[in-house]
Parts: sequence; structure tokens; C-alpha cells
Amino acid sequence: MAHLHPPTRAHADPGQRQLRRLDGVLESRRLPAASIRTTQWPGMRRTKEVTVRQLRIVLVLLLIVGLFAGQAVLAAEPVKIGFITSLSGPAGIIGKHMKDSVELALEHLGRKVGGLDVEVIYGDDQRKPDVGKQLADEMLKKHKVNFVSGIIWSNVMLAVAPTVTGAGTIMVGTNAGPHELAGKMCSELYFTTSWQNDQTPEAMGKYMQDQGLTDVYAMAPNYAAGKDMVSGFKRYFKGRVVDEVYTKLGQQDYQAEISQLRGKNPKAVFVFYPGDMGIQFLKQYAQAGLREQIPLYSVYTVDEISLPAVGEAALGNYETRYWSPDLKNEANAKYVGDFKKKFGYTPSFYGAQSYDGILLIDSAVRAVRGDLGNKKGMVAAMRKADFRSTRGKFSFNVNHTPIQNFYLLRAVKGAGGDMEMQIQKTVFENHKDAYYQECPMKW
Amino acid sequence: MNWLLVVEQCLNGLQFGVMLFLMAAGLTLVFGIMNLVNLAHGSLYMVGAYLATAAFNRTGSFLAAVAFALAATLAIGMLVEVIALRTLYERDHLDQVLATFGLILFFNEAVAIVWGRAALFTAVPRALSGHLQVLPGIPYPAYRAVIILVGLAVALLLYVVVSRTRLGMLIRAGASNRTMVGALGVNIRLLYTVVFGFGAALAALGGAMAGPIYSVLPGMGEEILIQVFVVIVIGGIGSIRGALVGAVVVGMVDTLGRAFLKPMLSTVLGPSAADNAGPALASMLIYILMAAVLFFRPQGLFPAVRS
Repeated sequence: MAHLHPPTRAHADPGQRQLRRLDGVLESRRLPAASIRTTQWPGMRRTKEVTVRQLRIVLVLLLIVGLFAGQAVLAAEPVKIGFITSLSGPAGIIGKHMKDSVELALEHLGRKVGGLDVEVIYGDDQRKPDVGKQLADEMLKKHKVNFVSGIIWSNVMLAVAPTVTGAGTIMVGTNAGPHELAGKMCSELYFTTSWQNDQTPEAMGKYMQDQGLTDVYAMAPNYAAGKDMVSGFKRYFKGRVVDEVYTKLGQQDYQAEISQLRGKNPKAVFVFYPGDMGIQFLKQYAQAGLREQIPLYSVYTVDEISLPAVGEAALGNYETRYWSPDLKNEANAKYVGDFKKKFGYTPSFYGAQSYDGILLIDSAVRAVRGDLGNKKGMVAAMRKADFRSTRGKFSFNVNHTPIQNFYLLRAVKGAGGDMEMQIQKTVFENHKDAYYQECPMKW
Repeated sequence: MNWLLVVEQCLNGLQFGVMLFLMAAGLTLVFGIMNLVNLAHGSLYMVGAYLATAAFNRTGSFLAAVAFALAATLAIGMLVEVIALRTLYERDHLDQVLATFGLILFFNEAVAIVWGRAALFTAVPRALSGHLQVLPGIPYPAYRAVIILVGLAVALLLYVVVSRTRLGMLIRAGASNRTMVGALGVNIRLLYTVVFGFGAALAALGGAMAGPIYSVLPGMGEEILIQVFVVIVIGGIGSIRGALVGAVVVGMVDTLGRAFLKPMLSTVLGPSAADNAGPALASMLIYILMAAVLFFRPQGLFPAVRS
């Protein structure tokens, strides 16, 4: 089903220009009104003169005010950021995590980006590449945004990123990391504050290899990221992969696949099921009685989005990730603490990346002192990754993908009785993605 | 191929089909009798799932939760019919699509406002969390077995109601000639409200049963709604029997396709080509089936009798 949500404006324009237009209209209405009054009461000629003179003065004053206001508007041209994510449908919860984090970042920055006023235009891609591309076009042409950010899904990213960078605008991805954009299709104007898709499953592959596991059954949704995840996993896992199964993106029922899985009798299962798919898969896997029989290892499946909905059906599951709410650093403590206080729930990595994305944009605008035309200067500043990231200090590789640590996480019962993810150990330190050598960019 | 696995997958297909039937029965009645294209049927399924889940989490009794969800969604369905849909019967299908699409947006937002955008916690009731040994070596989740039984019971009940009771007679009469039914002194407006309410309750039953195995999220109804439309097109619009047969056929084709298409293709095309073509083809199968039915038998397999 298609829901067409128009992009919503976070902050209304000061609307100075409209005010001036309104004044003009009022003027033209007031004049004839005055003359009518004089025809009705001829004895009040003096009053008429006064009225007209007063009106003239007011008009001139308004004109002057208008001119100044116009200049004021020019001087304080806000930074416009188009933020595309999934806000409706079953994936809307991921979009909510991202949007709330953007709002928290803006709050931490005093609602200024690089010292300038900021306007964020949110767009809902409904998990569809064509809708995402339309939104990007609208943001570029109609809203004339300075940055486009967001994007959960790799297939949407592959449609949006070339559109944005092709128009000469900077794209800051805050989740999807398809391998094409890290390799051959890399661009000066494309940055990501998350990861390249293969990196996280590489860490899981490494961990499972180190554990000496074999006969692994791999499952993922059938789209760009699903393929990346399994190929990343196999880059470091050298044991036998019994079968690779790809399911429909957004599938609800996995009982048929789970029956097939049981039939193959693997020793371990590796899955990638983000968002609503993860909730369904985890529940159905546990209900099939397989949780006790075949251990489940996953990426982007057991997280702060699925845990509240599945509860103990995920107890003890392993995940790998670059970030976790319990990661110890000052920026993260502030982010997680303020997020819980403001929104009343635990943030997820989707949110942390989006928070970082806004801080990265802030660092770029700050470096060029608000000169939004200076793209070269902004790109140079962003390459330094000079902001307090929720993951701690990190650097960008030549392809603008982070070089960062990856950790092993486990779903455990926290102090309050709720399920939470806890870091167990570091799997990779300063891990680079597998595609940066294919990227021709040099800096 | 392992025959035990085929039997297990057939059970899975039957279970999925029965789930589709709960949705399709209501939708096809509304479409066939009231001539109303109701895209918001998926929203009623969602409302049912939410109400049942919320009640189950609060009371701890799954039966009470399902009963509450059925009654409440019946009332909501009748209310929606009286307020919003009554004016749409005489209008073009396109107007109905537009209006009921608006209802989808309304219900999704309403649910998000009441319960939030995050998925609700759901679990299978403890009594049904075990497994049945259907055949040696096939442990089948008890909850899914119950879904099959409930679905088949509902099918039987509907058959009895539609073909053996006065209400059923009126429904059948309304489907074939509503003007004549009205002329014979039957309150057709009330009949429509009742039929719509029952359709809503059936959707809520589907949603309540689906809650523990799927994710209870705003927008959960849309994914299944598309498949339900495929079911009623294949089965024949307005026919309960068609809905049952269509649902089971779609459930079987989809499940068996997902399970066995890739292994079968890999013996013909080789494993790497099958890896690419299998999943894509499996997700298209039911639409290919629908296209074939539309080509050879545009009225569907068991069309309702019309004059």
C-alpha cells in the first residue's frame, strides 16, 4: 500500500517575505476605503488629508522595514537539511528512532547548525526506492536543501545517493551502507556515519570462525543489503555454509523457511533481519523450539527495536555491532541519558548514527563559517570527522566510510528486569571495509 | 526430497491459507454484497491485533482477550460503516478506494497515538507454547495447529450461517439482487451494517490470532491485505466458498514455492542461478497464479451467483 506523506517542515520559515506581501495588500485596501469614507461625509475633508498623509508615512516606513527585513532574511539564510527515512508502515519505528535522535542533536546544538539557523525537512520513503528518489528530487529542487541525510534501506540509498551527489549536494547517509557506494560508485560528496554493510557481519564471521563453528545456515531478506551481509559474513567465516536462503523484504511468516532449516540440521544459524522482520523471525524461531537446539547468531536483528517486542525470546543471543547504549564514552553517555529522559525509551544504533550525522554536518558548516557555497571546504572538514561521536573517536577511510571498532554484544536481562544489549568484547579494532581499494578517490 | 518435510510444509501452507481465509471471508462478503472496495479491512485486522494484545498483556487470559477484541472490533466496524462508508455505496469504486485509503491512514495514526510506534510485546499463551508430534519427527507448534482448527471451524460456521439461517438467506439474496430484497421489506441498511460488522470481527479474529506470531505494529495490516485481495480475485468475488478455496490455494502455493522452488530450480539451472532466480520467483508465484486465473476464468474459481 502506498502512503504518500508530504515532507513536513520542522520549523516554519520566518515568512518575512510573505509579511511584506501582506502589507502591500493591506495598503491597497486601505486607500479606497479612505476615499469612500470622504464621499460619504464631505464635511470631513481635513480628516481625509490627514488619513492619506498618515497612510503614506506608514507605507514608506513599511517599505524601509521591509527592505531591512529582506536583508535580515538574506543574512540569516538557514541551513536546510533534508532527512529521508521510513516514517510509516511497519518500518516506521526505525524512522522514529532516527527522527527523535535528529531532534535531540538539534537540541544539543541549541537549534543551530554551524552557528546558523536550521530547518530540517523530513521525508517518508515507505521503504521504497522510487519514493525515496522522488523525495530527494523534491528536496533538491523545491526546498533547495544544503544536505540530504538519513536513509535506512540500501536499495533506497542506491537510488537516492547518486541523485543527490549528481546535483552537487552533500549526502550524509546515517544507516544503509551498500558496497557499491563504498567502492566503485564512491563520491566526494557522499559520507556515511554508519558503516559499510559487510563490516558488521564480517565481525560476526570472525567471531564464529574463532569459536570453531561449522555447518552454518545463513538467512537474509532478498535485497541489496541482504546479499552484502551474507558476503561479508563469508569473507571471515571459513567453515561450511550449509545453505543461504533469501526471503522477501518485509516478509511476515518464516515458518516455511524454519521447517526447511530444521530439515538441513545445521550446527548454527546466522541471520540478518532488521526492524519488524527481526521481531517476527525471533518469535517464530523460538516458537518452533529451535532456540534451545540450534544457536542463533545475528546482525541488526536483536536490537533496541526488537527487544521490547520479543522479550526473553532473544535472551542470550549474540550480535556484533560498532555501537551499543552501554559503550563507555562521554558523548554517548550524554546522548543515551538525554534521549531516555526526553523520549522515555532506549535509543538504538539507528538513532546514534543519525545523531552523529547532524553533528558531522554541524562540524562542516562551522569549519566554513557558514559559507554554504563552499562545498570543497565542507568536504575537507567532514573528512576530519572532527566531532564528538557517540562511538568515540573514529576516522574516515578514503571512501568516506568510518574506520571503527566492532564489538560482540549479547542480549541479557538488565538490572530493571528489561532485556538489554551488553558489550562482551572487541572483535575488530579500527576495522576497514573491504571495498575502499576499489574507490578511485584520493585525499 | 524428504516426504516428511513436504507434509510439514503442507501444514504450514494450510495454516497460512486459513489465516488468509479469516481476512478474505469478511472482505469478500463486503465486496460481493455491498459492492464496496474496502482497503481498510487490513486496518480492522490491525485494530483486532492491538486490542487482543493489549487485553492479553493486561488480563493474562488469551481467550478473554480474543473475545474482547472480537466484540470491540465488531462495534468499531459497525461504527465506521454508519459514519463513513454508508455514503459510499452508490459511488464509484475509485471514490471508495480513496475514502477507505484515508481510513487506513487514520487507523495507523490512531493506533500510533494510543500505543506508540514501537511494536507491542506479544507471546504465545503458555498453554499453547508447546509442540505437537503430528507425525514422528515433525514437531509442530501447538499454537499454529490451533490456528488451523479455528480457521476451519470458522469456515464451517460461516457455511452453516450462510446456507442454513435466515440471516444467511438475506445475505445471499442481498448479493444477487439488493433492490428486490429492499422491495420485499427487508431493512437493507441494517443488513449491510451487520454484515460489515461481522466482516470486521472476522478480520479482528485473524489479527488476534496473528499477534503472537507476527509483530504488532502500525501498518501491519497492509502487507497481508494485498495477499487477501489476490485470494478473493482467485476465489471469485462475493463467494465464501471461493474465499476458502482461494485462501488455501494461495497459502499452499506461496509456502511450497518458498520452500521448494529453489532446490528444484537448482537441479535444472545450477545452484548460483537458482540462488538468484528462486527467491524472486517464489515471491511472484501467487501473482502469476492470479494472472493465470484472470486470463482463463476472469470471474474467479467459484463466483457468487448474480442476476
